[in-house]
Amino acid sequence: MGLAILLIGTRKGLMIARSTDDRRTWATDDFQFLNQEVYSVAVDTRRDPPRIFAGVGTGHWGPLLTYSDDLGKSWTEPEEPPIGFPQGSEASVARVWQIQPATDQQPDVVYAGVEPHALFRSDDRGQSFALVEGLWEHPHRPSWTPGGGGACLHTILPHPTEPKDVMVVMSAAGVYRTRDGGTSWEPANRGIQAAFLPEDQRFPEFGQCVHKVAFHPEHPERLFAQNHFGVYRSENRGDSWAPVESGLPSNFGFALVAHPHRPETLYNFPLQADAERFPPKAKLRVYRTENAGADWEPLSQGLPTDPYYGAVLRDAMVADSGDPAGVYFGTRLGEVYASRDDGDTWALIAGHLPDVLSLRVAEIA
Amino acid sequence: MTSRLLLPAALRHYAEEQAEVEIHGGTLGDALDDLAERLPQLERRLRDEQGRLRPHVLMFVDGVSVRGGAPMDTPVGDGAEVFVAPAVSGGTG
Repeated sequence: MGLAILLIGTRKGLMIARSTDDRRTWATDDFQFLNQEVYSVAVDTRRDPPRIFAGVGTGHWGPLLTYSDDLGKSWTEPEEPPIGFPQGSEASVARVWQIQPATDQQPDVVYAGVEPHALFRSDDRGQSFALVEGLWEHPHRPSWTPGGGGACLHTILPHPTEPKDVMVVMSAAGVYRTRDGGTSWEPANRGIQAAFLPEDQRFPEFGQCVHKVAFHPEHPERLFAQNHFGVYRSENRGDSWAPVESGLPSNFGFALVAHPHRPETLYNFPLQADAERFPPKAKLRVYRTENAGADWEPLSQGLPTDPYYGAVLRDAMVADSGDPAGVYFGTRLGEVYASRDDGDTWALIAGHLPDVLSLRVAEIA
Repeated sequence: MTSRLLLPAALRHYAEEQAEVEIHGGTLGDALDDLAERLPQLERRLRDEQGRLRPHVLMFVDGVSVRGGAPMDTPVGDGAEVFVAPAVSGGTG
């Protein structure tokens, strides 16, 4: 691997780490966007030069969606607002939760998920975004409720070969899917439990608080979900889901990451419970399955052994495209750990940061 | 009507590092519409895409807060001072 770049979005700014020795060591740049939260980051390598995105916000001056074409040395904010609800909708973007380049067949398409629950699409590499009206006008929308972090559309999953097939995940609305490019959307939550609802109402059509969905590009029909209590697998792109929790110390958590090359391998970072958002028994461990969720094993070699009380948020764990894969996670204690051997061993690569909100990694040719 | 928009340090980057800029209009809404034509990145930090004052932005016209009622209808006289400040709310520590 030549140059690897790791974007670290935190509660108070963005740090970029670079490695030129096949991920053995990392050098960090100066902090950027000081005192501004960086909830979402992305690297789009489909065109040259690669484009880096950051969803930045302050408590006062509103959200910002900006990009860099020089790997973070300078940032561009278009003259026209890059993202915003149409006049008359009464809504305004509170936070950009997710920035997701589409597939290789659509190299200029970039999606953004925001709060309040909405999906935006750009056809010009992220310079301007338009509201996906089909989801915004969905008849379920008045019944969607905010999750603990807000009314967020936090995950966007374009099908790797079918450009009109896109899934989104919202808290607390659940998984929705379009197969016609965004005109119509259907919930895809059958089998996922909403444990916080009355006992006889725990499997609704929508309203689950699904925290993250991941899949391997070679198997887009097989999905994995980390729910607000429950880890699930679907073999039919969300038509139905079944639990795959055996071996996990808890079925609560946020982060879920697919291995870049092995479709049966995923990584999970369990937390004790929604009211105890710490690693189970305060042991800092990533869990890995190598058989699509049938079993999970703890990974801790190189991680701190003393009690650890930092959670990992939904976008703060990622894998790179290396072989063996690099896996990275950032904690709310401001530490970033990395593995360059599929998760077998770990090392601290950045610390003493504000709490980590978002990570993305890419190999730069 | 021409008035002066007085900016906190955090916003001067969007005004070519100036502490104040001229704005033109008889109401605050008209004046900020004028600002949006010339310095759109500054204007959108004050108002959201629906033209509403952002929740944690304070504005004062000649010392009087425009909060409450219809802020964008606030008259702005010739030579008025329009003072912008971040509210003490809106942070997360």
